[in-house]
Amino acid sequence: MVKLTINEMAVEAPAGMLLIDAAKLAGIEIPAFCYYEGMALQAACRMCLVEIEKAPKLMAACVVTVAEGMVVRTEAPAVVKARKTTLEFLLTNHPLDCPVCDKGGECELQDMVFKYGVGESRYTEVKVHVPEKQWSPVVFYDGPRCILCYRCVRVCGEGMGVGALGVVNRGVFSEIAPSHGDHLECDECGACIDICPVGALTSGAYRYKTRPWEMEHVGTICTHCSNGCKTTLGVRTNEIVRGNNRDRSGLNGEFLCVKGRYAFDFNHHPERLQTPLLKVNGKLEEVSWSRALQAVVEKFKTGGKTGVVGSTRISNEEAYLLQKFARTALNTNNIDHHRSGDVVTLLDSLSGKAATLGTADDCYNTKAVLIIGADLSQQQPFLANQIRANYRHHKAGVYVATPGAVREDKIGKAAVRTTDSDWLTGVESMREKLKGETELLVLFGDAVKGAGVSKLVEFGESLGIPVKYICLVDYANSRGAMDMGLLPDLGPGYHGVEPGLSLPEMMAATDLDLLWVVGANPLRRHSFSSENAFVVVQDMFLTETAQRADVVLPAASAYEKNGTVTNVCGQVQRLKKAVETVGAKTDLTIIGLIARAMGVNLGKVDADAVFAEIQKTVRGYNVPLPVIVTGGAAQTMPVNGRVSSTVLPELIQSSRDTLFTTGTLTRYSKILNEVMEAPGGLYR
Amino acid sequence: MKLYNPPSPLETKVVSKRFGMENSWKLDTYLATGGFEGFKKAMGMSSDEIINEVKASSLRGRGGAGFPTGMKWGFVPRNTDAPKYIVVNADESEPGTCKDRLLMEHDPYLLIEGILIAAKAVGASKGWIYIRGEYRYLVDHVDDVLKEAYQRGYMGKNIAGTGFDFELYTQIGAGAYECGEESALLESLEGKRGVPRIRPPFPAVSGAFQAPTVLNNVETFCAVPDILCNGGKWFADLGTPKNGGTRMVCLAGHVNKPGVYEVPLGMNMMYFINELGGGMRGGKKMKALIPGGSSCPLLRADECDIAMDYDSMAKAGTMLGSGGMMVMDEDTDMVKVALRIMRFYKHESCGWCIPCREGTTWLQKMLARIVDGNGAVRDIDLIGDLAKNMLGRTFCPLGDAAAMPTISIVEKFRPEFEAYVAKNPFAASELVQVA
Amino acid sequence: MTFSPELETRFALLLTHYPEGRHRGALIPMLMYAQDEVGAITPDLMEELAKRLGLKVLEVDEVVGYYSMLHKKPQGKYHVQICTNVACMLLGGAELYEHAGKKLGVGHKQTQASGRFSLEEVECIGACSWAPAIQVNYDFHHDVTPAKLDQILEGLQ
Repeated sequence: MVKLTINEMAVEAPAGMLLIDAAKLAGIEIPAFCYYEGMALQAACRMCLVEIEKAPKLMAACVVTVAEGMVVRTEAPAVVKARKTTLEFLLTNHPLDCPVCDKGGECELQDMVFKYGVGESRYTEVKVHVPEKQWSPVVFYDGPRCILCYRCVRVCGEGMGVGALGVVNRGVFSEIAPSHGDHLECDECGACIDICPVGALTSGAYRYKTRPWEMEHVGTICTHCSNGCKTTLGVRTNEIVRGNNRDRSGLNGEFLCVKGRYAFDFNHHPERLQTPLLKVNGKLEEVSWSRALQAVVEKFKTGGKTGVVGSTRISNEEAYLLQKFARTALNTNNIDHHRSGDVVTLLDSLSGKAATLGTADDCYNTKAVLIIGADLSQQQPFLANQIRANYRHHKAGVYVATPGAVREDKIGKAAVRTTDSDWLTGVESMREKLKGETELLVLFGDAVKGAGVSKLVEFGESLGIPVKYICLVDYANSRGAMDMGLLPDLGPGYHGVEPGLSLPEMMAATDLDLLWVVGANPLRRHSFSSENAFVVVQDMFLTETAQRADVVLPAASAYEKNGTVTNVCGQVQRLKKAVETVGAKTDLTIIGLIARAMGVNLGKVDADAVFAEIQKTVRGYNVPLPVIVTGGAAQTMPVNGRVSSTVLPELIQSSRDTLFTTGTLTRYSKILNEVMEAPGGLYR
Repeated sequence: MKLYNPPSPLETKVVSKRFGMENSWKLDTYLATGGFEGFKKAMGMSSDEIINEVKASSLRGRGGAGFPTGMKWGFVPRNTDAPKYIVVNADESEPGTCKDRLLMEHDPYLLIEGILIAAKAVGASKGWIYIRGEYRYLVDHVDDVLKEAYQRGYMGKNIAGTGFDFELYTQIGAGAYECGEESALLESLEGKRGVPRIRPPFPAVSGAFQAPTVLNNVETFCAVPDILCNGGKWFADLGTPKNGGTRMVCLAGHVNKPGVYEVPLGMNMMYFINELGGGMRGGKKMKALIPGGSSCPLLRADECDIAMDYDSMAKAGTMLGSGGMMVMDEDTDMVKVALRIMRFYKHESCGWCIPCREGTTWLQKMLARIVDGNGAVRDIDLIGDLAKNMLGRTFCPLGDAAAMPTISIVEKFRPEFEAYVAKNPFAASELVQVA
Repeated sequence: MTFSPELETRFALLLTHYPEGRHRGALIPMLMYAQDEVGAITPDLMEELAKRLGLKVLEVDEVVGYYSMLHKKPQGKYHVQICTNVACMLLGGAELYEHAGKKLGVGHKQTQASGRFSLEEVECIGACSWAPAIQVNYDFHHDVTPAKLDQILEGLQ
């Protein structure tokens, strides 16, 4: 530890720490625009200049490391004057756009001028002006507002590994430029827009819609991929107007991909179902809830061979209640969902072994990572971001075994091309290098399933180093769906039950009397062979499956309910209701209404009560409630014990989504569709 | 090669001694006049011995910053197997400066020998001569010289049979004054925008391609062979204590005999202007001068009776700088000079940091407005105030280079600004104080 | 995109000047030499150099915009550059530039319709002791008066 003095206060800081960080430790704020934790130092804005005794001039605190006996003054008159005048310089060409600028009210320049700036500007010359540019459907750049802090360039290059932004021209004519001169080819993640301290980069999806103080901010979990990023939704008059995570709550910090940030607009798509539908004479007609429920209950009471298809994006509570109702009231184990990763076999393979499951944190902290059969930047963007940061900050060893080139190749110690059937050979070829690591985190996609998982775990053991595993799955609650027992042969917590039909079997069966589909769209990929089956669908849109239904019940989205979801690493987080769609009900409510109408006692049907039951009865889910209710992520304990499953591994199939697609939902996101079609296409 | 101005008998010609010789740039001429003797001597010396000799000479960087050369070389880490490099700063873009051009044109082998001695001293294996894009004819010229050197065994493997290996290349710039700043030059060498680097680390530790590098001005390297041949003390004694040797001064402006002259450090400035420069032309009186390139504070005529060396110039509140001396007569419009200087810095500012990028622009616009006749009384105080707000705050010395001459002009020639403003019927009120 | 055999040879040699994996250093020289041949830094040229050096086009664009001598629009057959910085200004550089503008009928960074001459007001070119100084393409001319300038221009057809 190094002892120094800041503003006459004795401060202790670890050796090698930057002065600006040491000051922060001591509760002293040194202002800065360009300094940004986790990214390369710039020392460009000069706002962090401080007085250091014996130094001939003011020094930038962001590039000075603490030294024993250093005496620093952050409020000396020279420093105060320097801040004022640097801001005065900055405001010379910065336009007076506050009244119309999206950033107004959230702007770091506004905050800085308020705290440190001059009251009057002495500038009377003409400002340098260039017109605003649009680089993509979602990214606008206003050169005059830009303060050239280079955060956007760094977050795109270092942070996202894309590098679609650069700096062109010289001097006062310098400006940020996109990858293709006048347009962007990139992930469209919007990180640049959120990291911009001013309104130079603005969102095409949010522009001119509202002022930040008019919104209520609700932190919930993104409903698209399985990474479980928190997205803070800005809501105004029951409409989601934007999503970001600037408050850094959640396990993802500020990271969000294009889906977490922008693809909330499916929620208020005009085709959202708001009235129940009943098939009368071959055509779906709008009916009342009581009429629709009546039809459902009638059929449920009649019974017969029943199939239940659950969802990968409904909450844990809904999944739990669904299987409970199906198993106790409908007496069936024909329960399944779209499985995208072989978590079951992994849990079984790890039984009694030292190896364990990995977490999102492990992605950032582990010394070495092996990626098998997955294009992380496309399919698991947050995990990819963690690994990239791990490489940048800690020089982690990255190993890649994928069918095609992936972004991780560039930071990889070794990268081999494999096929889905032959991934083990590729992994084997890296054995010597892997053995040289001190620990390993393995992430694998659906190429590794069934016996393959056991072989992988054996390989891991043979390396003689600690190994952790993450089985990659596709959707926001794919893990929850499995943990809660939406499986034909496993109940909640992976207890074995009398095996029923799997999803493909249900689709292929010709003798089903009843098919109940909750938040899923199996008919997108499968054809349904029971022509006489009565089909009940709970969903948000009139999907392919809903069109086949006899009863369609309008369901709420994940942004319209409370509850919990579990991410790919097994972390449970809560959903917080942000908006409401009139006419739709949550799946939990719908199940409760059906149960009540049938006289089935499911206990108290509200998210908190069901979660309490889950905590007590589902193995691994005895997580501390305070963590959940305060918006934290609680790690579920991995199941320790054999998990015997009869389901064939070939049935596990990832949908190989990309940054711009996740299942059915994203079809209804206008923004995602716009950026997909914009010139430039998908950046790899 | 034709000389652009006749030499003066009052010069002390060390680095310029071959100027005017027939075929001065050819190897045979160089060898016949004692060339490569310094390098051969250095081959028999240790790194410390060479560096100590350079230290004893009190040679300081001739590019403008004036950092002690021996000390700089001493910063290069010794006990490392990593490759080390030599980079020559031939960017010569400081307004008023036109000397390195002559050295490369007339005595390129002197530069080459200086480079080789430095290479031997620090254990470097490769070097680049970074030449500004406007000197394209010199890039071609030096390329030809290097071709001859390689062919004749004075570059490449086993140079002059000494067993020493070195590779030397030219690297052309593309028009950017900021690339004369050493770390920005290294960025340009790497194929990037000429934006300076965060320092520390300095080039001696992390330089060209992040390897330990000796980076010096052309003239600095050119002084080294004679230092090795005749000894550091000999060089030091040519000048004044702690300010050893000679330097090339580029005399320009309203004098009778503008030209580049090599003189010992410590020569009196007025003597230089009158005896070598032929005094003021047209019988006019001197008003002011820029002593060593436009980045220096200006001197009034009555402040010029001083010795031309680093310490004396610093004491007089200015700098020896790059040697670009621009003399201004009584008819010179100092406000226009201030404007032209600020225009230059605004044009050349790399744009990386706020105070320089915005400050030079603001000052240039304000000075232009004053020259156009729309100045206000408060503007005059504002010039100095803004310039002082740039001083010491910027990422690299370009901000200081813009501020210092401006402050000196406004302080020393305020009446000329007042005269401009007085012509404006709408001259405004007092300065708004920064609270 | 291919270049003349001489330029290709120059490029090939240039690439050997840099340490292993650092051949990006060849970018600025390649841009300068290719510009002479192609006439300007065209989008094709930027793409070609990006490809050869393993860079993104954006990275080439960043560099092109920074340096004064790299231009995306073609100049005249004779690009007249007149310095008006302090040393030249003291000896009539500004008037010389004005004179050139009138004589050639173009302004700063403009090219005659015929394509013969273009004009640029430049910063210090390193000929201060022999001011006023100009460059035509890469050639220096010292002690240039308006009359001498007329002579020089007339000699260039």
